[in-house]
Amino acid sequence: MDTLNALLGGFGSALSPMNLLWALLGVTLGTFIGVLPGLGPALTIALLLPITFQVDPAAAFIVFGGIYFGSQFGGSTTSILINTPGESASIVTALEGNRMARNGRGAPALATAAIGSFVAGTIGVVCLSLLAPVVVKLALAFAPADYFALMVLSFVTVAAVLGNSVIRGLTSLSLGLLLGLVGVDLQSGQARFTFGALDLLDGIDVIIVVVGLFAVGETLHLATRYRSSPEEIIPVKGSMWMTAQDWARSWKAWIRGALIGFPIGAMPAGGAEIPTFLSYFVEKKLSKHPEEFGHGAIEGVAGPEAANNAAGAGVFVPLLTLGIPTSATAAVMLSAFQSYGINPGPQLLTSHADLVWTLIASLYIGNVMLLILNLPLVGLWVQILRIPTPYLYGGILLFATVGTYGISRSVFDLVMLYAIGLAGFFMRRYDFPTSPVIIGMILGPLAEQQFRRAMTMSQGDLSVFVARPISASLLVLAFIALTAPIVLSFLRSRRETAAA
Amino acid sequence: MISRRGFLAGTAGVAMAGFAGIRISLAATFESMDIFIPGSPGGGWDLTGRVIDEVMKKNGLIGNSRITNAGGAGGTIGLPQFINQYDGEADALFVAGAIMVGTTITNNTPVDLTMLKPVARLTGEYQVLVVPSASPVQNLTDFVALLKKDPRSVTWAGGAPGGTDHIFACMIAKAAGVALGDLSYVAYTGGGGEAMASLLGNQVSCGISGYGEFAEQIKAGNLRAIAISAPERVSGIEVPTLVEQGVDVTISNWRGVFGAPNIGDDEVKALIDLTTTMVQTRDWKDQLATRGWSDQFLPGAEFAAYLEKDTIATRSVLVDLGLAK
Repeated sequence: MDTLNALLGGFGSALSPMNLLWALLGVTLGTFIGVLPGLGPALTIALLLPITFQVDPAAAFIVFGGIYFGSQFGGSTTSILINTPGESASIVTALEGNRMARNGRGAPALATAAIGSFVAGTIGVVCLSLLAPVVVKLALAFAPADYFALMVLSFVTVAAVLGNSVIRGLTSLSLGLLLGLVGVDLQSGQARFTFGALDLLDGIDVIIVVVGLFAVGETLHLATRYRSSPEEIIPVKGSMWMTAQDWARSWKAWIRGALIGFPIGAMPAGGAEIPTFLSYFVEKKLSKHPEEFGHGAIEGVAGPEAANNAAGAGVFVPLLTLGIPTSATAAVMLSAFQSYGINPGPQLLTSHADLVWTLIASLYIGNVMLLILNLPLVGLWVQILRIPTPYLYGGILLFATVGTYGISRSVFDLVMLYAIGLAGFFMRRYDFPTSPVIIGMILGPLAEQQFRRAMTMSQGDLSVFVARPISASLLVLAFIALTAPIVLSFLRSRRETAAA
Repeated sequence: MISRRGFLAGTAGVAMAGFAGIRISLAATFESMDIFIPGSPGGGWDLTGRVIDEVMKKNGLIGNSRITNAGGAGGTIGLPQFINQYDGEADALFVAGAIMVGTTITNNTPVDLTMLKPVARLTGEYQVLVVPSASPVQNLTDFVALLKKDPRSVTWAGGAPGGTDHIFACMIAKAAGVALGDLSYVAYTGGGGEAMASLLGNQVSCGISGYGEFAEQIKAGNLRAIAISAPERVSGIEVPTLVEQGVDVTISNWRGVFGAPNIGDDEVKALIDLTTTMVQTRDWKDQLATRGWSDQFLPGAEFAAYLEKDTIATRSVLVDLGLAK
């Protein structure tokens, strides 16, 4: 049990009182920036990089790990309570979580998110400790053709969030695909839809669209209806704590979410958003209460939240086993390693084992600390909903503006934020769902890049998508996911007519 | 290594004066300094700017400092901002690098680096061509033969199109007499992680990046280094250059600092002196060693001449690629 001993050693060095204080600082800061729409962990850690000049490596990594998990958690809090995800990986949480909050069940929603994040974070860190070398082999086997098949599968999940009207849902999706095309084409270097504006060359930041559509759009929508509808203070109904039924419906979703999130997070081009889409789709299909989806189904919060956090742990697999950074946050962490004169590579685990295990242990401690910090706060967070609407949304608008400006200090981005917010307002007004926009914007460019990489590598031979076993199986899975509901309902209706 | 030779020839006098205590007389020449970084926090330029700031402050070369980040579009968002806001300001430094030479051309910006005063090239990284360890290619001759035989079947993993990696790939192809339209260049943007994964997963024939990015994988035997883009062998790196393998291609992903437009010659000289003093400090050398940056110090006029050559070479590749007119 070398691994176990090494992990215990890691805990030994991470658990000093001073380091626990650093961890507390990290998760508090992380929760705060997660709550602020716009600001993300990558930027925060980057801004804090200079502390590596001052403190020892263990302390720095503990702070960074805390910020990383803390921000993921903070993002889900605002998604649930006020329908304003702070980052793209928590938009799915807003779908059911905010419905729950509006039904007065904000506290159980926050609790299942907190415990789900903790459970998934724990599963993720345990898998990271024990399975990293195996998982990384699987992740490296993924070629562009396989990624493209994974994107196709992810596109199917849009079906779960299309809303009542398929046409409206697909219109939203197309808008997202269009927004995703703006900027320099990453394969050829040619500018697309930039109209000569330098500010558009890097494309439109997904975060700005998320914050614009949700926070700004929601605020405008409420403002127009404010005088016509009476002030509604959402009462906190029922138990503050999760009921036995909530537990029963959550725990499987947590585990499924973690199992979806971890391997995809470990893939070099996986990311944290795709697992949340997949998890939401899976929960909706497996749920015994599919009719509750869209009206506050707890599985729809539990699964994606777990998937998001497990993916966060998965990102450390390629970083620590091979020195490959696969997300913006991981890339910043890598430069933190370099500040200490350590070049992360395949030898990292042998040459700097103590530091790696301290980092893993501190991720774990960060998880525990988040749970301790957040569960008692659930009651307090829910009180936010008692703030009268004008003040609450005034505050949201302020934070959305400050957060967006904080990303790039660009006035252009602010103008774009409000333009997209206006679009979000009209989408709400005319009942277009907003989440397909984000899904299209995230998946569209990924699918395109992977498709074109696959085509370059195969020299234009389309058969790569069926010739590769991983790609072929994913495509079959996508086909089944798309057609199974239609076939099943057809069979069911035939059986019913036969019985009648 | 030419940078070291240039360094010795160009600055030996200053170096000696430095040992004789000139540091005290030059100390705190600048009460305050604005460091403008046209990249986002955490990136290469940002790190360079912050290390400069740290070293200069620690050695009392500058008093207060303010760091401004304005990232985006390969530095071409920050460049016009700096030119407008810092016109004639003597105590401001603009961090830039090789990539900006390309992006100002491809993005067709109304401003470019020639509008600034070149102060010094500071660090640089040579590009390296690698193959997965399972590849039959052993050296550059094998590689060029393979490329000539069937250019389209050789897939390259590298960074953004028009960036240093892509330009290096095109220079190799041009030297081998292969049309650039036949290159199967697969661009991986976003930190290099994906490009490395595609190499380790044996999905591409070869890869290009700065040496530092591949160094650990090369040492571990997962990747085989075929050639490095330095003009001469680099001490501590056991990789043959392209030049010694008969292909006349050199390129460096340099990083340096510039002064604001319309500042006086004496003001430019003060900035050059400042960086010259900085690069001789123990702290700077320590930072170079821990970060694996190679010292490619080239002050003032020599830097300007280098920049002109680099711009011409970059433009010619970009024109061939159809990314510039």
